[in-house]
Amino acid sequence: MGWAAIRAYTVLVYLFMFLPVAVVVLLSFNQNQFGSFPMTGVSLRWFEALWNNDAVMRAFRTSLILGLLTALISTTLGVLASLALVRYNVPGKNLITTILIAPILVPEVVLAVALLLFLNWLGIGKSFALLLAGHVIFTLPFVILVVQARLVSIRRDVEEAALSLGASPVQTFFSVTLPLLMPAVAAGALFAFTISFDDITGTLFWKPGGVETVPTQIFSMLRNSISPEINALGTVMIVITVGLPLLGAAIVRSIAMKRGM
Amino acid sequence: MRSGFAIFDHAQFRHYAKQITDMSVEARERRQPWILLSAPLGAVTLLLLVPLVFIVIYSFWLRSAVGPDIAGFHPDNWQRALTDPFYRYILFNTLKIAAITTFFCALLGYPAAYFITRSSGNKLILLLLLMLPFWISYIIRTMSWINILGSSGALNTLLLSTGVISSPIQMLYNEATVILGLVHFLLPFMVLNIYVSLDGIDTNLEDAATSLGATRWQSFLQVTLPLSLPGLAAGGLLCFVLGAGTYITPLILGGPRDAMFANLVFEAIITQLNWPMGSALSLLLLLVLGALVAVYNRFLGMSQLTKGLG
Repeated sequence: MGWAAIRAYTVLVYLFMFLPVAVVVLLSFNQNQFGSFPMTGVSLRWFEALWNNDAVMRAFRTSLILGLLTALISTTLGVLASLALVRYNVPGKNLITTILIAPILVPEVVLAVALLLFLNWLGIGKSFALLLAGHVIFTLPFVILVVQARLVSIRRDVEEAALSLGASPVQTFFSVTLPLLMPAVAAGALFAFTISFDDITGTLFWKPGGVETVPTQIFSMLRNSISPEINALGTVMIVITVGLPLLGAAIVRSIAMKRGM
Repeated sequence: MRSGFAIFDHAQFRHYAKQITDMSVEARERRQPWILLSAPLGAVTLLLLVPLVFIVIYSFWLRSAVGPDIAGFHPDNWQRALTDPFYRYILFNTLKIAAITTFFCALLGYPAAYFITRSSGNKLILLLLLMLPFWISYIIRTMSWINILGSSGALNTLLLSTGVISSPIQMLYNEATVILGLVHFLLPFMVLNIYVSLDGIDTNLEDAATSLGATRWQSFLQVTLPLSLPGLAAGGLLCFVLGAGTYITPLILGGPRDAMFANLVFEAIITQLNWPMGSALSLLLLLVLGALVAVYNRFLGMSQLTKGLG
């Protein structure tokens, strides 16, 4: 195979990955009342319909709160675990790492069933608490992987310098380690938020009746028929889950550049 | 009484005190990681490990038509899960769909990963684009195919307007569209894993092979391809396991006859409320996929996987 052929093939693969999503965005601006092809004009009417759709707005609030709480708890737990694994000689480090990564090694359906049945047995039925517990547990491994990778590259001497100058370990963490670790903490939190915001596999098992997140709302809307409102909702989700990390990266970069000067 | 104190002369006291603080520093050093680990390890234990053990026990309970499930040791659910021809058929079908999906991911993903690795200028953009699907919602990407293949979708509209067909053809809701949706969902995992593997290969090796008289194709087949097999295997495992564990894609893009094994679990737990049976079925899925991961781990180790994830 020549290089040109491989290039053409790769272009096709990328088209395969992005064309359907591009069509979602395109159709969300469609004026046609059935929301299908052909496009008859550009309009924002479907976004307006979304804004006035109470069920969708409720789902948005639920997803947002759930995602933020998940990110907060998961990142805190992830930083604690990464510190222990990278900065100390813990006996059985490999086993501990495997246990902490286990939530992504177990198929999500199985995790969802196990958590639902066990917490229900403890008296915590389908509820927001169950949703939160589920989202925390399967975002945790991602946070740990991201934070650990960064923590390894922060030199120990900087912390030791602070310690030898009389700072307590806690002071050292908050005034030396954490600021250096901040990009990874932010990345981990964003990762956790996005995964939580996108999740449907576990969420369908855990959500109480009547409560919808954005993905489960889309799912139940799909049951009826594909309306352009769904495409608009998809576009909004893409903007949130793709735009947010890009914005985050831009902010981190600008902070880093200011520090550099 | 006072003279009793005299035994501890000052220097010796300091010596002991130092020993005690040294010991406590050491003990603290040893204790500290466990304090840090207590919350995350506790969470995973309470929310994953104990629940898994719990559903093992639960799978031997029985559902009763009235009232709570009957505790005890009843092998009935397992017997049914393992012998019912319908369950067996769905399990076989699930593995088949996952295998075909993995094959197509490799077929589409390998050349693309190779191109990204060896392209000179736009590597960063290509990689960024490759990461992008991870940030785009799974359900959006899955349902996007309805816009393409649906009866009023892009493809039907195009065929109708060019006069190739006179009425829309039904392209959706069959096994092929389930596989299509899964390939679309899982391809980035494959490309990323192969890329990581290819990127780590010294290009001098291929040049050396070529300078020794091998054609480009030969040097690829005999040098690059074998060295990139760990990445291909890691990507393949991820695609297979993630593909075999899904129930959303068949619900959105499949017909009523295209259920996968996870759909059975969902049906048992959510629709029929037969939790003991649901436990047995989800454990069966875990065992089958776990066996696969164990075989992989035995021959290749887990490090390659975390490399691709990180």
